[in-house]
Amino acid sequence: MAGAVLSSVLMASTSMAQTAASAAGKDWTTPAGTMSGQRFSSLNQITAKNVGKLQVAWTFSTGVLRGHEGQPLVIGNVMYLNAPFPNTVFALDLDHDGKILWKYEPKQDPNVIPVMCCDTVNRGVAYGDGKIFLHQADTTLVALDAKTGKVVWSVKTDDPSKGATGTDAPLVVKDKVYVGVSGGEFGVRGWFAAYDVKDGKQVWRGWSMGPDSDTLIVPGKTTDLGKPIPANSSEASWKGDEWKIGGGDTWGWKSYDPKTNLIFYGSGNPSTWNPKQRPGDNKYSMTIWARDADTGAVKWLYQMTPHDQWDYDGVNEMVLVDQKIDGKERHLLVHFDRNGFGYTLDRDTGALLVAKKYDPAVNWASKIDMDPKSADYGRPEVLPQYSTEHGGEDVNTTNICPAALGTKDEQPSAFSPQTGLFYVPTNHVCMDYEPFRVSYTAGQPYVGATLSMYPPKGDTNMGNFIAWDATKGKIVWSDPEQFSAWGGALATAGNVVFYGTLEGYLKAVDAKTGKLLYKFKTPSGIIGNVMTYEHAGRQYVAVLSGVGGWAGIGLAAGLTDPHAGLGAVGGYASLNQYTSLGGSLTVFALPKQ
Amino acid sequence: MTIHARTLVIASMLLCLSTTFVRADKPGNPAAVTSQDGKYADKDGNPTYKVDKDGKVDFYSYVGFVRYSANCLQCHGPDGLGSTYAPSLVDALKSMDYGTFLATVAGGKKDVSASQQLVMPSLGMNKNVMCYVDAIYVYLRARSTGAIGRGRPAAHEPKPAAFTTAEDSCMG
Repeated sequence: MAGAVLSSVLMASTSMAQTAASAAGKDWTTPAGTMSGQRFSSLNQITAKNVGKLQVAWTFSTGVLRGHEGQPLVIGNVMYLNAPFPNTVFALDLDHDGKILWKYEPKQDPNVIPVMCCDTVNRGVAYGDGKIFLHQADTTLVALDAKTGKVVWSVKTDDPSKGATGTDAPLVVKDKVYVGVSGGEFGVRGWFAAYDVKDGKQVWRGWSMGPDSDTLIVPGKTTDLGKPIPANSSEASWKGDEWKIGGGDTWGWKSYDPKTNLIFYGSGNPSTWNPKQRPGDNKYSMTIWARDADTGAVKWLYQMTPHDQWDYDGVNEMVLVDQKIDGKERHLLVHFDRNGFGYTLDRDTGALLVAKKYDPAVNWASKIDMDPKSADYGRPEVLPQYSTEHGGEDVNTTNICPAALGTKDEQPSAFSPQTGLFYVPTNHVCMDYEPFRVSYTAGQPYVGATLSMYPPKGDTNMGNFIAWDATKGKIVWSDPEQFSAWGGALATAGNVVFYGTLEGYLKAVDAKTGKLLYKFKTPSGIIGNVMTYEHAGRQYVAVLSGVGGWAGIGLAAGLTDPHAGLGAVGGYASLNQYTSLGGSLTVFALPKQ
Repeated sequence: MTIHARTLVIASMLLCLSTTFVRADKPGNPAAVTSQDGKYADKDGNPTYKVDKDGKVDFYSYVGFVRYSANCLQCHGPDGLGSTYAPSLVDALKSMDYGTFLATVAGGKKDVSASQQLVMPSLGMNKNVMCYVDAIYVYLRARSTGAIGRGRPAAHEPKPAAFTTAEDSCMG
């Protein structure tokens, strides 16, 4: 075993260099495979031709019943994975059938559980500097020795007694580890911070809202759609001190471009969900951020949904790709927002290039204003009948698409440079939304709206798995899913795309056509993200199953359909008829030759 | 509302808890026998619902649906049906009386073991919940007996003036 550990450490140092590349190779060293967020692997043993022969190679139980988002990492001969609360971390020896090399289980106050908005999920660990980084539920950022699991350092990033929690996967770039915070339903003011990988010292922290000294916006220099931002633009977009409990939390995925040294992420919904209580644009909730990785200074930003009225968090992944638009090679950032629009921006400048609906059901806005001369440039054209601000307090606004969980939630997409397409797991769900007055108490839910969710009129599928051309803003193919597709995608050089479903299927589809090539039902519903690695010359595909998360709230009970007669209510199949709780890892491979 | 008045509300709530706590653990017959300002009570004087033949519900049941969906749904699922990590209240309310309900909402509940960690927060200081706790109770009571089905009640009685007064004084 000592030999295995030593060789894994050797491997680890060589594999560090891979993370800057756009494709993952034998290892999977960052949550999204690489820092570009593409979730693409150059491994090609498993192909569209042979994937039908895939078999389960081995499995592993995490011993935790809650929702398992996130994905394992593989560095050399060791796999690292973690569970939801209590956030157990395991190091598994790939040379010995996944034997446990070490296990870390933090002692956390269970009182943090109910301040986690939507189940006690965690989206994974990060690796760098010989350490495994975990952002625990109780907002402890901990660095573990990758060889032994011993705590090297730990710091508190926020205060769970005020409703702040840690659920995000950190990202390691060079000598820093980056984390954000959850708590939009508790009025927690969002931030994004860099810590020194050596000792856990905070290097910088940029808040989502407040004075420029907090947000690290540089007035006159930071740009918003190409225009320099005036001083104190965030505070000016709120009434009084509302921004102090204004949300804009940062629990999503992060990506990094070594060419420009920019780090990218999104901020979430403004608090409360009642828009009447927070007049103004509520900057900078619902925003794409590009910050200098060393200083946190904001290079550019773009607020997608000013004055949110639907809980369309802007935290989804920022995928960095280089593609041609109108014959010109561009450095792009592609983002599938909860609000139902797929955005393509120039990631160097923040210029908006494409913004199109990636589900035809999206109806709250007719389009995004793409005219640079318009006063509303970059803003959605909101339809009054779907505006909960227009409807007002105590009025139930109906048939809004998408629902609050968005056309896509945190479940990340994948990109294949071979097809030039994005593979996007989506939700196909609409809602009624009624905002009302709420009062703020620190550490208590601060929601302020009630909603009910159901599939769009005339449809019975609550999800789609789509292929998207981000240069044109067009759906290339779309595979319907009975439930929301809540598992993150993986694209591979074998022209196979993988994703998991809420019923628990691991599915493999043809990257060009979307044709189903293989499926296997894992022990529980999948809300985790598929990854791949190579060990001893063999390609493996792995995914965590363990139903839960926000998907586990509505879907465990089955969604209602207000359009159907009373007799049909409950006619929609309940997820609990398909799957039950339990966290486990399932690892697939082709049969040995 | 002043701090003093708020303390009074919570104090009276706690008093209410201590007196009702000793009662039987079954919710009893839900039939409404009295009503005052649009609020109905059963033979034991506990809050209850009223649903017409045509499905029209009392105003408190309706408000209960709205406030439940904002403050409780995150864990207990739509329409009280439970989620992957919190129990169904449609089932729980079948064997839980009003006093136990109030005590659980105000004080929270913990069931932490090696295999599961179920923790309900203490909501006693949360005005968004406690100012509407009777409404949430009657809504869930109606869900537990099947008197109100899934989704938003189609019609409800008009908002009583007494409701607005109480809401304004409680929410501040």
